[in-house]
Amino acid sequence: MNDAIESAAREHWGHLVALLAGQFRRLDLAEECVQEAFTAAARHWPRDGVPTNPPAWLLTTARRRAIDVIRREGATARRLPDLVVDAELAKRAAADAEPSDGAAIPDERLRLMFTCCHPAMPAAGSAALVLRLVAGLTVGEIARLFLVSEPTMAARITRAKRKIAAAGIPFAVPALDDLPARRDTVLAVIYLVFTEGYSATAGPAAIRPELGDEAIRLARLLDRLLPGDDATVALLALMLLQHSRREARVGAAGEIVLLADQDRSRWHAAEIAEGVALLDRVGRDRATVTPTARRYELQARIAAAHATAPDAATTDWTAIAGRYEELEQITASPVVRLNRAVAVAEADGPLVAFELLDGLDAVLPGRHDVHVVRAELLARLGCRDEAAGELDRAIELAANEATRHLLEARRAGL
Amino acid sequence: MTIRYVVLLYDDEAAGESATPDERRRIMDRHGAFPRVCAEHGIAIAGGEALQTSDTATTLRRRGEEITITDGPFAETAEQLGGFYLLDAPDLDSVLKAIAQLPEYSLEVRPVDPAPGGS
Repeated sequence: MNDAIESAAREHWGHLVALLAGQFRRLDLAEECVQEAFTAAARHWPRDGVPTNPPAWLLTTARRRAIDVIRREGATARRLPDLVVDAELAKRAAADAEPSDGAAIPDERLRLMFTCCHPAMPAAGSAALVLRLVAGLTVGEIARLFLVSEPTMAARITRAKRKIAAAGIPFAVPALDDLPARRDTVLAVIYLVFTEGYSATAGPAAIRPELGDEAIRLARLLDRLLPGDDATVALLALMLLQHSRREARVGAAGEIVLLADQDRSRWHAAEIAEGVALLDRVGRDRATVTPTARRYELQARIAAAHATAPDAATTDWTAIAGRYEELEQITASPVVRLNRAVAVAEADGPLVAFELLDGLDAVLPGRHDVHVVRAELLARLGCRDEAAGELDRAIELAANEATRHLLEARRAGL
Repeated sequence: MTIRYVVLLYDDEAAGESATPDERRRIMDRHGAFPRVCAEHGIAIAGGEALQTSDTATTLRRRGEEITITDGPFAETAEQLGGFYLLDAPDLDSVLKAIAQLPEYSLEVRPVDPAPGGS
């Protein structure tokens, strides 16, 4: 029974929130009433059995609840203005007040995604809001995933909902000419969710794969709702390819295992195959590929080159170095240059790579990885003392414990 | 249903003062076209003014009974408040579309509080 409710929540949460928000023009009310509908399901379904049309049951229950709340509030004016909803959606969302058993529920989740991930929103607020309203995670779960206290996360989500209502961010899919730019913002939020899990910036654990799962789920949803889009497909491929290594990236004691040392049999072959297959769909029409799509595509092709190589030695480092070079031209990012240096070291030797690190300390201050890469290059050039010095700096700067342990082990092994 | 917004226009006054007559004309043309742009996006202009430069500003601060009056704007910033529009718009997106047609400024969009002091 819990499975039935959980799978109903996974499948229908975002649909229901979107529909209620469209009908009642309030995100807070929609969220609260959908939550209560699931609570009611947990009470009624074990006793009465799972209804023939679970989403219709949930929608009806949530709507009744919303009407109760509005009636109870009566004349006491609310401080927040109503969500801006177009007349057509309001009509459609309210249409079947009592959906029949066979009725399909209209899918308004795309509006919900674009509204949560509006460029006027702070990215961290968008990420939290998407996980709450579209993916249906509880505030407590989101707080744990982002390593903040529950009250802090609750406040962040409340602020985000308030900004949407007060600023008049419309509950709408943007017009066609704005769509690419706005879609990029949605993708950036999804990738933020992913990277926060892929490389935890703080705390004891090196990775939190649950965030990766959620990000991939959101990207799949966007790909379904807005099909045929290079940037979305490329990002989905990138995340699948990186995510496929999650179990091999962390050792038995929770320490990070570097790519070269990972047990490749623990990589998820199905995810790699799906990622590689998705990349075949990307960039067929070069003329229309946006910089964002190309950026995700290059990153995904780099990840694919790693994921399909039998071991580190037989990896096509020259191809990877070339992709990084193009990526650096697009992004002008010092982080990309650092990664490029690592690939160049494998392809052309440590001396050529060493020159690429020039000036990176100034533009990436306080980052441990610049020192780690320099230490590795120095070690290969036979400069042990200098390498140890760089690792000392890196250990000082590393924010997470798993990384620090890895660096200390490396220093001892010089 | 419309939302009332204040749009605050910030730019670098020094650059504005050294503008050529041609540049000034282009700026004024864009403001001249703004009512038409707004109408296309379902926005009504409820008001708006250009301000004199910030060296004409006076700042008064009251702390308890103590009043201090100083010359200049309340904060020295790289770009200065140079004017504002008051718009009645259907939503934020329509405002962002319309003000993208204004001259090159940094623009801050703020919804008006419909019930100051709470309700």
